[in-house]
Amino acid sequence: MAPVTLKKLVKSYGNVDVVHGIDLEVKDREFIALVGPSGCGKSTTLRMIAGLEDISGGVVEIGGKPVNDLPPRARNISMVFQSYALYPHMTVRENMGFSLKIGKVAQSEIDTRVNEAAAILDLDKYMDRRPSQLSGGQRQRVAMGRAIVRKPDVFLFDEPLSNLDAKLRTQVRTEIKRLHAKVQSTMIYVTHDQVEAMTLSDRIVIMRDGHIEQVGTPEEVFKRPATRFVAGFIGSPPMNLNEATVADGKLVFAGGQSLPLPIEFRGKVAAGDKVIFGLRPDDIYPTGHGLNSGEATDVHEMELPVSITEPLGNETLLFITMAQREWVSRMLNPRPMGAGEMVKFSFDLSQAHLFSPETGKTLRR
Amino acid sequence: MDQNSSHRLKRRGLKVLHLAGLFLAMLVICLPGLWIVLSSLRPTVEIMAKPPVWIPQDVSLDAYRAMFGGAGQGGIPIWEYFRNSLIISITSTAIALIVGMAGGYAFARYKFKGKSGIFLGFMLTRAVPGIALSLPLFMIFARVGIIDTHFAMILIYVALNVPFTIWLIDGFFRQVPKDLAEAAQIDGCTRWQAFWQVEFPLAGPGIASAGIFAFLTSWNEYALASQITRSVNSKTLPVGLLDYTSEFTIDWRGMCALAVVMIIPALTLTFIIQKHLVSGLTFGAVKG
Repeated sequence: MAPVTLKKLVKSYGNVDVVHGIDLEVKDREFIALVGPSGCGKSTTLRMIAGLEDISGGVVEIGGKPVNDLPPRARNISMVFQSYALYPHMTVRENMGFSLKIGKVAQSEIDTRVNEAAAILDLDKYMDRRPSQLSGGQRQRVAMGRAIVRKPDVFLFDEPLSNLDAKLRTQVRTEIKRLHAKVQSTMIYVTHDQVEAMTLSDRIVIMRDGHIEQVGTPEEVFKRPATRFVAGFIGSPPMNLNEATVADGKLVFAGGQSLPLPIEFRGKVAAGDKVIFGLRPDDIYPTGHGLNSGEATDVHEMELPVSITEPLGNETLLFITMAQREWVSRMLNPRPMGAGEMVKFSFDLSQAHLFSPETGKTLRR
Repeated sequence: MDQNSSHRLKRRGLKVLHLAGLFLAMLVICLPGLWIVLSSLRPTVEIMAKPPVWIPQDVSLDAYRAMFGGAGQGGIPIWEYFRNSLIISITSTAIALIVGMAGGYAFARYKFKGKSGIFLGFMLTRAVPGIALSLPLFMIFARVGIIDTHFAMILIYVALNVPFTIWLIDGFFRQVPKDLAEAAQIDGCTRWQAFWQVEFPLAGPGIASAGIFAFLTSWNEYALASQITRSVNSKTLPVGLLDYTSEFTIDWRGMCALAVVMIIPALTLTFIIQKHLVSGLTFGAVKG
C-alpha cells in the first residue's frame, strides 16, 4: 500500500529552478506516466522520488510518510533505468537476486523469488548468462525482473523503452502493462513518448519547463486538453492549431477565410478576441470519410484543395491549405486521391478547442 | 595468373613483411634483457671482449652463488636489500592505491571547487624530475631524522605515485556508468556498499594496472633511493647494484646477476596481475 504524494516539490541547481513546486497525488496501485519534452523536469522529478537527487524544496511522501531525508535504499522502491544499469560482472540470476542478497534474505527465499520473477518474464533460459551476452530486449526484461524481485511499494521507470527498436518497444510495452496487472504496485513511468504514456497509464501527467500542465486520464488529456501545449503534445499527428479572431459568430483566420464559431463556445468569447483554434486531424475529413460521420452535431463543410497525400493503408493523411496554413486531415476508408484535387471537407466543430493566445489555457469553462 | 591468386600472393607477402617487422621490433625491445641474462652467466673477460663474443663460451652460475653466499665471500647482503625493497615497494604501492582510489573516485564522480586546478597540479608534479628533489628532500629528511629509514622511502614513493594512480584510476571510474551505483543504492546498498559491490569490481582491472605501475616505479627507482638510503637498514636492490662497483673495478657479471634477480619478482607480479587485467570483463551494463 503506497500512494506517492508530491507537495510543492522544487529542484534547483544554483539559481536555476528546473522543477517549480509541483503537486501531485499518485494513488496506491496507480500507473502514472510523467510525459513531456526533454528538459521538462520529468526525470528529475522521478529521481527525487527515488532519492537519487536532493530535494531543494517541498515534500515527497511515500505511503503517507515524508521520505525527503531517507536514502534510496530505505524507500522500498525499484527503478528501471533507461540504460538498464545491469551489473556487468554478475549473471542474470545474481543481478536479479542482488537486492535480496544485500538485504540478507535467506538463499532459499532468494532462489524462489528470482525464479518466480524469471517465470513471469520468461527469462528462465538466460539465468546464467552475463548481461553482455543478452540482446537489448532481454536486458530490459532482466532490469524489470530485478525490480520485481524486491517486491517494492513503488516501481519507477525512467524511459525504459527508449533504447529499444520500434518493434520491440511495442512488445515490451505490452509486457509492462501485463506486469502492472500482475504485481499491482504503484508505478511511476517517465517517458517523452506520448503513445507510451497513453497506452500504459491510468493517468498522465504532462509536464513542461518544470511545471505540470495537466493531470488526467488518457481520454481526458486527449479530449479535453487544458492548455494549448497539451493539445499539441498529445495525439499523432498533432492537433491543428491556428490563430484566429472572433467576429460576429465566426472565427476569421489570416487571409480572411473563416469558420463558424463552434456552438460550444458561443457566449464564451467576445467579438474581437484573439484565440487559438484547435482541431484534430480526425475531426477534419473528406465528407463521409470521418470517424463521427453521420452523428456529429456541429459540422461545417468546405471545399478545399489537397496539396499532399500520405496513404497509410487503413487511412490516408491529407495536407490541405487553408488560411495560408497547412492543416492535416485524416481520411478513413480512404479512396484514391491525387494532389491538387478539390475535395469537400467536413470540419467537426463539436470537437474544436479554443485556447487563449496569452496564457495558452483553454477557453472552455 | 588470375586476379584471385595474385591478390592471395600479395596478402601473403604483406603478412610475411608484417611478421618480420614485429620480430625486429621485439628483438630491439628484448635484446638488452637477454644481454643482461647472458652477461650474468659469463666471466668479465668475455663481457668486456672486443669485438663482442656473441655466443657465450664459458657459462657458469658463479655470480649467483657468490651473491647469495653472503657478504664475506664477495657477495652482497642481498636478503636485506630484498627485504627492504619488498617492504618499501609493497607498502608504498598499497598506500598509493588507497589514496589513488579515493582521489580518483572523487575526481570521477564529484564536482567540487578547483577540481581541474587540483588535477592539473597533480599532473605538474609529474613534470618535476625526481632527482631535482633529492637535495631538498635530503636536507629536510636529515633535519627530521628519517634518513636511512623505510618510512622515508615509503613517503617519497607514495608522493611520487599518488598523482599517477589518481589519474589512472579516475579514468577507469569514469568508464563505470553512474547508473550502476545508483541502481545498487536503490537495490538496498549504502553508498559505501555500492562502491565495493559494484564500482570497485568493475574498475578492478584499472586499479590493478595502477598498482603494477606504482609497484614497478618503487621497485626500480634508483636516483632518490641512492641519496636517502645509507645502509642495510633501508638500501633497496637498485641501490645495492652499486655494491658491485669498487674504486678500480666494476663487477659487471655480479651486477647483471643482481639485475636478473631484481627483474624476476617484478616480471612475475606483472604476469600474474596482467592475466587478471585481460580476464575478459566484458561490459554489457548499459546499451552500447
